[in-house]
Amino acid sequence: MIDTIVAILLLFASFFTLVAALGIIRLPDVYMRMHAITKASSLATILFLVALIFAHPTWRVALGSLLLIAFVIATAPISTHALARISVQLGIKLTKGMVRNDMKTNTTTDDEATDKFAEKTNLD
Amino acid sequence: MESQSVVLTIAVYMAFFSLGVAFLSTLYRLFKGPDITDRLIVLDLSASTLIGLVIMIIITTGETVYLNVALIAALVMFMGNIAFARYLKKSLRK
Repeated sequence: MIDTIVAILLLFASFFTLVAALGIIRLPDVYMRMHAITKASSLATILFLVALIFAHPTWRVALGSLLLIAFVIATAPISTHALARISVQLGIKLTKGMVRNDMKTNTTTDDEATDKFAEKTNLD
Repeated sequence: MESQSVVLTIAVYMAFFSLGVAFLSTLYRLFKGPDITDRLIVLDLSASTLIGLVIMIIITTGETVYLNVALIAALVMFMGNIAFARYLKKSLRK
């Protein structure tokens, strides 16, 4: 019974890992690749950890896995957001055919907007 | 595990296969990616692939000590991404 639950969780985790791999190969844009990687691989990591809790139900493993789940949920959006912000400010283009770009004023050619953006976010 | 069922064995092989495919795709994007942030976002997927591999090792062998390896991998991924973002920001300012 426990083996079947672990097997189902592992199959779902492998599916989402394959989705992340497909996204990083096939998508045409750095922002789209970030979108694919962060969501799919975070979900895959969480499913792997839940499978580990079911496979080894001890307190130590459960505590470590819950800590790691909380860490992944907290840090994956932060790091991806930092990288997306810096790639907007470096002026990396969207792919062709995108109809709307809300961050058009924050590229490196517009220094005032960049300064105001950095001042507001207060990271420097 | 000593006596694992057939379903779990098949699932373990599937998980190892998909983790291998994910690792090869990170290598592809690392060598081919046109910009520097393309090469940096690979760190995220490679860290989660490493966490998955460590968890598969724990499930197949039963050595739960290796959970610390997964924790340190997640920590290094986060710190590396933040440090690279700040470094790029600083190089942008000059």
